[in-house]
Amino acid sequence: MKKLMIGILGLTCLFALAGCSRTYANGEVYVYNWGEYCDPETLEMFEEEYDIKVIYDEYETNEIMYPKVEAGAVKYDVVCPSDYMICKMIEHDLLQEINFDNIPNSTNIGDQYYKMSEEFDPGNKYSVPYCWGTVGILYNKTMIDPEDTVDSWSILWDEKYANSILMQDSVRDAFMVSLKLNGYSMNTLNDDELEVAKDSLIEQKPLVQAYVIDQVRDKMIGNEAALGVIYSGEAIYTQRENPDLEYVIPKEGTNVWIDSWVILKDAENVENAEKFINFMCRPDIALMNFEYITYSTPNDAARELIEDEEIRNSEIAFPDLSQYNDLETFIYLGDEGDEKYSELWKKVKSE
Amino acid sequence: MKNKYIKFLSAPYIIWALIFIIVPLLMVFYYGFTDKSGAFTISNITAIATHEHSKALWLALYLSLISTAICILLAYPLAMILSHIGENAGANKDKYMVFIFILPMWMNFLLRTIAWQTLLENDGVINSFLNLLHLPALRIINTPAAIVFGMVYNFLPFMVLPLVNALNKIDINVINAARDLGANSVQTFLRIILPLSLPGLISGITMVFIPSLTTFIVSDLLGGSKILLIGNVIEQEFTQYSNWNLGSGLSIVLMIFIIVSIVLSTIFDKDMEGTAI
Repeated sequence: MKKLMIGILGLTCLFALAGCSRTYANGEVYVYNWGEYCDPETLEMFEEEYDIKVIYDEYETNEIMYPKVEAGAVKYDVVCPSDYMICKMIEHDLLQEINFDNIPNSTNIGDQYYKMSEEFDPGNKYSVPYCWGTVGILYNKTMIDPEDTVDSWSILWDEKYANSILMQDSVRDAFMVSLKLNGYSMNTLNDDELEVAKDSLIEQKPLVQAYVIDQVRDKMIGNEAALGVIYSGEAIYTQRENPDLEYVIPKEGTNVWIDSWVILKDAENVENAEKFINFMCRPDIALMNFEYITYSTPNDAARELIEDEEIRNSEIAFPDLSQYNDLETFIYLGDEGDEKYSELWKKVKSE
Repeated sequence: MKNKYIKFLSAPYIIWALIFIIVPLLMVFYYGFTDKSGAFTISNITAIATHEHSKALWLALYLSLISTAICILLAYPLAMILSHIGENAGANKDKYMVFIFILPMWMNFLLRTIAWQTLLENDGVINSFLNLLHLPALRIINTPAAIVFGMVYNFLPFMVLPLVNALNKIDINVINAARDLGANSVQTFLRIILPLSLPGLISGITMVFIPSLTTFIVSDLLGGSKILLIGNVIEQEFTQYSNWNLGSGLSIVLMIFIIVSIVLSTIFDKDMEGTAI
């Protein structure tokens, strides 16, 4: 019996040792990214090549990410927020300027994306674009009345599709749909316009099956709903899984967004963070990520490498934005603006 | 011989309680009674009076009372069968019954709730099956009914187990005596079994009512984020709107309801005998 115990003890020690046998000569980097927003294999490749351990966490919305980063419970180095959130983080002094000399691969990113970034990051000092896209309607061709053409947000208010509509469960995205429907800017702070948008959302609520974020993908693939508000990046993936699905950018205009890498002011591993971002901008890695997450890459060099011509020139992945009117990018509205939207959203949700 | 050092054995628990219960509680009170700049305010507490918050609170109270009532109706007969008062008293299979009953609890609460989401969906497993049999589809996902269902499903064991314990403590001879003296089964139940099982019933009620009242995961997953309970409001203040002060203030209000139900349960259950699972 005693021998057995010693044997077990020995084995446990062995496993424990095997577990930590991998040491990383160059320290670590703390990355905080959107859920399912990069190919896990690329992280392993990074660890392998640079001998840096990647501690990787995920979040579901910008709003969930922000308080965690602000509170600083975990000292993240690299985060990948969206446009308006980057602006908020710059204003709250949470970010540090990036030394682009240390990220030579950042030149692979197309100039137009840097120009788009100017809206929230004037002078392109703080962010390196990682993904971009639009927000639109994903619909199931078999569940839509053949008489209807899906080209407007108003179809989400059509009683025919009651209980078959999926809305985004995040404040800004939900209000974007409603504000655009009513012909207003999605960055408005005008009380009357917001009131109208709120009333529209309340009016729509009985028709909505559920307010979801990431689940919209699985529900649409599973024929659970006819219409869903979705990020363009999910469209290619969902179409691959369910050919009945189609993505459109509504004619009233929509949100063009960019998610970019930023380095936090309190980062303890700045050098590793730079290496990480540089690695993510390498064409082959950007391509791997694009193929895994199917979100449009701003990395022109990576786009050149896409073998499937249909995808490379896909209207969904790389739309020609000049053909759409009223495209906007979210801007940060200040704490008061945030609060205004939150209050209204709470009213919608509690109806 | 009484060992005077025996009380030090509780030190690990006291340290645990201090770090993980008392300190966080103080922090909740600190945030609840201050505003963003750190100045004293009670506006976070009075915020419960706004339409959205009070509605979420009443809805949560309403739904959790319904689920508690359903749990009692389901659990009491089951507990009578499982305890030695049941017809097949003493049979060994009762142990297995209890075992089977708590078996699902080995799986994570969250996973079980997500599983129900998939099962209940309009195009989900249950409806596909009903469809196959040409029966009308079950349309309860994303409604308050689904939330009540989730609460009952998840918290039912917390009602059954204290009840079984309390019923098992009843001396079978007391029941036999009642029968001997001419009480019929209804009288025996109302005068003997029910009063004697009251401690178990009360702690069962507390253990179902409190988690139901405070839950946000069940209402989120089975209610499609369309139905806002007070738990969701508090959770969102912390995770989405980064207003920790308001979230803490509303938590304090919720605590009042919890404390009331705990006080009620200790009044009825002085020996805390029903709480042991």
